[in-house]
This record gives sequence, C-alpha cells and structure tokens, in this order.
Amino acid sequence: MINPTTPIKAESRDLNFFYSNGTRALKGITMPLYENKITALIGPSGCGKSTFLRCFNRMHDLYPGNKYQGQIIMHPDNTNILENGVDPIEVRMRISMVFQKPNPFPKSIYENVAYGLRVRGENNKRLLDDKVEEALKGAALWNEVKDRLQDLAFNLSGGQQQRLCIARALATDPEIMLFDEPTSALDPIATANIEELMSELRSKLTILVVTHNMQQAARISDYTAYMYLGELIEYDDTDTIFTRPSRKETEDYITGKFG
Amino acid sequence: MNIKSINKAAVLDNLDNVRAMIKRHKRNDILFTSIGLLAVMFGLLTLLTLFIDLVMDGYPRFNLQFFSDFPSRRAGSAGLLSAWVGSLLVMFVTFLTAVPMGVAAGLYLEEYAPKNWFSDLIEINVSNLAGVPSIIYGLLALGLFVYGFGFGQSILTAGMTLGLLILPIVIVSTRESIRAIPIAIREAAYAVGATKWQVVKDHVVKYSQGGILTGVIIGMSRALGETAPIITIGALTFIAFLPPSPVTLEPPFLNFEWLTSSFTVLPIQMFNWLSRPDHAFHVNAAATGAIIIVVTLLMNGTAIWLRYKIRKNIKW
Repeated sequence: MINPTTPIKAESRDLNFFYSNGTRALKGITMPLYENKITALIGPSGCGKSTFLRCFNRMHDLYPGNKYQGQIIMHPDNTNILENGVDPIEVRMRISMVFQKPNPFPKSIYENVAYGLRVRGENNKRLLDDKVEEALKGAALWNEVKDRLQDLAFNLSGGQQQRLCIARALATDPEIMLFDEPTSALDPIATANIEELMSELRSKLTILVVTHNMQQAARISDYTAYMYLGELIEYDDTDTIFTRPSRKETEDYITGKFG
Repeated sequence: MNIKSINKAAVLDNLDNVRAMIKRHKRNDILFTSIGLLAVMFGLLTLLTLFIDLVMDGYPRFNLQFFSDFPSRRAGSAGLLSAWVGSLLVMFVTFLTAVPMGVAAGLYLEEYAPKNWFSDLIEINVSNLAGVPSIIYGLLALGLFVYGFGFGQSILTAGMTLGLLILPIVIVSTRESIRAIPIAIREAAYAVGATKWQVVKDHVVKYSQGGILTGVIIGMSRALGETAPIITIGALTFIAFLPPSPVTLEPPFLNFEWLTSSFTVLPIQMFNWLSRPDHAFHVNAAATGAIIIVVTLLMNGTAIWLRYKIRKNIKW
C-alpha cells in the first residue's frame, strides 16, 4: 500500500500528448512521483511509456508540431513544467535524463561530465574538478577512470559509458532523473551494476524509469505503473502490482499471458 | 522443381546440378567485377595518360627558375611567378568568402530554418547553384563586383567570384556532415540544459569539422583550376609584377592594397601560353598544366587524410 505521508516530488495531471502527425500517444495520465523513490513504467512496446517519460524534460519540444495537454506539477514550488511560459531549458536543468543507448559525447571523460556545468556558465577549474569527481563517484565510475579523465569517452566499455552518462546527468544536481530503458543495450553484469547504482541514487533524488524488463521493475522500483495503449491501467506500490494487481489486464501482462 | 522437393535431400540428390548452378551464378560476379574494373581503369588511365603527356611535354621547365620568373616574350625565360602568387592570393580570398558563408548557410538550413515551402525553395536553389555553368558566375561577377560594387578586375573580385562558385559545395558538405551526427548526441546535449546555440557551437560544429573541411578543400581544388569566370571578369594574361605584399615590415604590418591589384592565375597563364603560335610556349603550358594537376591531387589527398584523422576519434 502507498504510504500517504510520503512527499510527492512531481505529478502529472490529466496529461495528454499528441505527436505532430496527430497521434494521441498519452490519454489522460494522472500519476505521482514520490520523492526519493523509484517509479517504474512498464508495458508493451508502443504503449507510451517513453513518450510519458520524455514529457518530464520537455524532450518533445525539440521536434516541431508535438503538443502537450494537461499538467506536470513539480513540488514544492508548484510549477507546471508544461506551461508555455516555462522554458524547457529550465526544466532540463532540474530534471536530467539517461538514455536507452549510452550516448557520451565524442569528448574526454572529464568534458562529458563537466558539460552540464559548462552550459550553466561554470568555468571555475577547481569547482569543475570537484563536481566531476563527485559525479563520477556517485555513478560508481571514479575508481575505473580517475587516472584517465582526459581519455576519449568512446574508449570505455558499454556499461562504463552508461555510468558516464549517469555521471553527466548527476553532475548538475538534478531533482529528478529520468531513465529510458537504461540497461537494454547492456550485458547482464553491466545491467546489475546500473541497477545497484539506481538504488543508491534514490537517496539523492527522485527516479522515473522506463523498462521493458519486468524483473527489473520488480527488483529496483518502489512504485510501478502499467501502461497500455497510452493509458495508465494501474499504478501502485511495486509489491502490490506484482503480487496482487487489482486489474485483470495488469495481471495478464505480468504473468506473461499477454505482451 | 516444386516447393516440396526443395529440402535437404533434394540438394543431396542433385549435388552435381546444384554445384553447376552455383558456378553459373558466380559467373555473374566475375562478369560484373570485370565491367566495374574496366570503368574504373577508364577514368584512371585517361587522367594518367593526360598527366604523363603533360609531364613529358613540360619537363624541360621543371626547375626553380620557372617559379621565380615573370612571364616574358621569350619562352625560355618566361615563368610562373605572377601566376602562382595570384592563384595563392585569389584562393585565400575564396577561402575567406566561401567558408564563413557556406558554413553559416549550411548550419542555418540544417539547424535553424523552419521546415516549410520557403526552406524547400532555398534547398532546391542551392542544389541548382551547383549546376550553373561557371561562366555565368563570371558574368554575374562582372556586373555585380566589377561594375556594381566597383571592385575592378581585381584579386578581390576573382576570389569572391570563385567563393560564390564553390559555395554550393561547401553548403552541401556542411549539411551532410551535420546530418551524420546522431540524434542521440543532440538529445544528450539538450537534456543537460544546453540551448540551441550551445548545441551548435559545442557539438554540431565540432563533430562536423572534418566533413566541412573536406568539402572546402575539394571546392578550393576545383576553384584553383577554374578559368572561364576569371577570364570573364577580365583577368590580365600578361602580368610582369607582383601585387603589393599583404604583410609589411612597418606597422600596422598588414596591407590590403593587394586586394585591388590586377592579377593572373595559373590556368589563365596556361591558356595564354597555349594560345601563342610559338611552340616553345606550349612547353610552358604543359608544365603549368602538370603543376595544376599535382596541386589539385595534393589538395584532395590532404582532404582525405584530414577526414580520416578527424573521424578517427568519432565513432557512430
């Protein structure tokens, strides 16, 4: 059961989303993200989980014609981050993202992590050094790369690259971190590392993760939302969803009868 | 043979037939390889023959004096000095014209321009520009730069004309190398809160440098050999002096008089020598032709090398 005293970090209210070709990808989604918790989005391919996730950092604004309807409220300041007057850049400075495939810049390890601070105008070498170290430690990568910070990020392994991307997202002290199937391109050992890391990050920030791997959702998340065809079918704490789902569709999906 | 009979046993039963069939099909590979090789050799051999012919005709003039002498009425003492200096200065102006304009235009079209009928129109026009005969550029320059702006028949006019001529090449290569940057890299940059300009300056330009540079060099090597537009704007064919030096010993150390100086370039010098009845001058022309080809090949080689070197660190 959901503890009613857990503070809410952000919540979507009756959120609809339309792609430029007119497709309605999200249908009236109302859902909370609890502070310092991991919320997992599960559901079959094309159900809108990534679309929903990418609303939180206004990634859809990069492509013309996409339209939001409804609200995503950030707490405690009660900002509706989908409002026209709110600059997507400001939103992305508060909510960072880790992508499906590791996507480091073709720059040095150091510059990859420092980039988020550089775009904020930070050029103080001492401060950057500290922040880069802190972020790399936070992403459990520091020990592996501390002697070669000026090496090209492409020379790292896939799992290391993904942890570097987490460090990059971490360096700017975000309030929420979005993970879009962060382990789908990784081998099982790298996956385990990332999952462990996510559990640790929970103490610092709020996490929303899209995963098509149900075991992963069960292992790492505190709350789980099951989506299907753009609708939120069921949302509850992870234990309940996986042991006593209240909706038949959820049970079918979780038990593998469908999807 | 019907579908049912195609199974493992079918191959086993007809092993000889199947082997003959594979052999037959493989004959097509050999056939196409020969046709392709022939096509490649045709182009290569033509160039090689031309080049060897030029070298054999012009080899008596391959000495330092040829590069340090002004043109002369006597073929034996005529040299390329004013022509190669002219080419160098014109290329410099061409570079300064084509690169900023081409890169800015390519960046704008790819990153900033809204996708509508107007940007489509611009796109079609840019591709069409690449197909406009170079003499048309010469006529445009004669009307606009020489008379309209009053730049005269100068290095500035020639450089800008050739700059316009290779502009489409620079724009297209800029756009292509920008398009090669994966969306994931852009999204990564936007996701940490970068503005469009930060993405362009920190990522797009940096990662497309190699491709842009290649396009610029290939464009420049084309401009180096262009004759028609330069003749149209009225470059002189006999120049026995050098333009004022761009660098001086006294402050402010820079001198811009050379921009308005009259000039000649390598292909025009070659054209001039070729049009003389005296055969001795034809030797000079052949030597010049060989030199132009060598410089062009060197430039293209540099382009390939640079592309390789810059791309080595960028894998996607």
